[in-house]
Amino acid sequence: MKRIFTPLDLDQVKSLKVGRQEVFLSGPIYTARDQAHKRLAQAIKAGKTLPFKLFDAIIYYCGPTQTPKGKIVGSCGPTTSSRMDAFASFILAKGLRGMIGKGSRSPEVIKAIKKYKGIYFIAYAGCGALLSKYVKSVKTVAYGDLGPEAIVKLEVENFPLIVAIDHLGNNIYRERAPK
Amino acid sequence: MRELKAVRITQAVMDLVKQANFLLRKDVLSALHKAQRSEKNRRAKTILKAVLDNAAYAQKESLAICQDTGIPVVFVELGQDLRVSGNLKSAINKGVEEGYKKYSLRNSIIADPLNRGKSGFSPCIMHIDIVPGDKIKLTLLPKGFGCENKSQLKMFKPTASLPEIKDFIIGAVKNAGPDACPPYVVGVGVGGSADYSGILAKKALLVRLDAKRSQLEKDLLNQINKTGIGPMGLGGATTALAVKILTYPTHIAGLPVSVNISCHALRSAQIVL
Repeated sequence: MKRIFTPLDLDQVKSLKVGRQEVFLSGPIYTARDQAHKRLAQAIKAGKTLPFKLFDAIIYYCGPTQTPKGKIVGSCGPTTSSRMDAFASFILAKGLRGMIGKGSRSPEVIKAIKKYKGIYFIAYAGCGALLSKYVKSVKTVAYGDLGPEAIVKLEVENFPLIVAIDHLGNNIYRERAPK
Repeated sequence: MRELKAVRITQAVMDLVKQANFLLRKDVLSALHKAQRSEKNRRAKTILKAVLDNAAYAQKESLAICQDTGIPVVFVELGQDLRVSGNLKSAINKGVEEGYKKYSLRNSIIADPLNRGKSGFSPCIMHIDIVPGDKIKLTLLPKGFGCENKSQLKMFKPTASLPEIKDFIIGAVKNAGPDACPPYVVGVGVGGSADYSGILAKKALLVRLDAKRSQLEKDLLNQINKTGIGPMGLGGATTALAVKILTYPTHIAGLPVSVNISCHALRSAQIVL
């Protein structure tokens, strides 16, 4: 069982390759989706302090449900990554290490992943209830007014992931263009 | 004339919200089980197992099957001999609003599509039909937007060939590729008008997956499963669980075809009052 941890340093990233193996992530990760990306990009351009340190951090493309009473978190699976493609290269250039989502990425994002030695993981898609089991704590850190699109710090333990694009730009989907 | 208080409709919609979001449809579950058993690709098998585990866990823990609890779509068949005392549409929206709140689902609806702003739970999309009788049938389909974003409409020429139409439908699935949570259920609406074919395509997702299949539905499913997209787009023989086609008369000058793709978490619930 391959375990990895945030902050995700370069040594760990280099040990991860697109392939069969599932990896298990522990540590804090940050949710951000469409509107949060727009704001993050604006904040960077305006030279403002960001709500979390991008360096070696992982963004999870996710907007959880409301948290049911007595639970740590609600259903919290990945959303479609390609909607964040327009922002990803810029944020990778500013220090972000990894992203978790579902589905394919644009050639531009793949290029940026290679250039900045980033990494893109996919999580079990449409399995938000199951994935909630691996979340140990939750804290909203920014943009609370965005509701489900707020940036939330999730402390995860052994969160199951598949490496979809590695730091060399190998892409799990490339070999799988539909026939 | 039979009378029904609007508050009963609100209560019924709240129950549908719970049922649709926590309990995966039986026909969808059995299609997933069947696919999991027959898949030869190891990774596809593992992913389908996770999908089934997810459904079981959601039911056990009263958690949403998927965090995208959708844009709530409500199909209403209102008997013409039933009188609803109170405001029918408000009663349905209230049921959606209160149900989504009560069961801690996601507030994914924003009031202004251009200026965005704060998100809430309603309004839902309503399709109301008047039918004979004195009952009301309510069907809730919480439609996730990852797959809704992959919808397509094409206005074919009336002389278009069947292979052209099939290519368009298969093309829509290829375009969705790994992004919209395959294995899919592919809803197709053929005929009517541009808008009506879209409603048919969505309605097709309500047809039981184990209902008798037409030859065209079988052929399309076969071809779609030969694309090799597979669960999560990582390969395998299960790109779609079913293709469902609904048709309606159309104009001599045209042939509208709409495709509405559902992710594997195809959720809906129905009640008759």
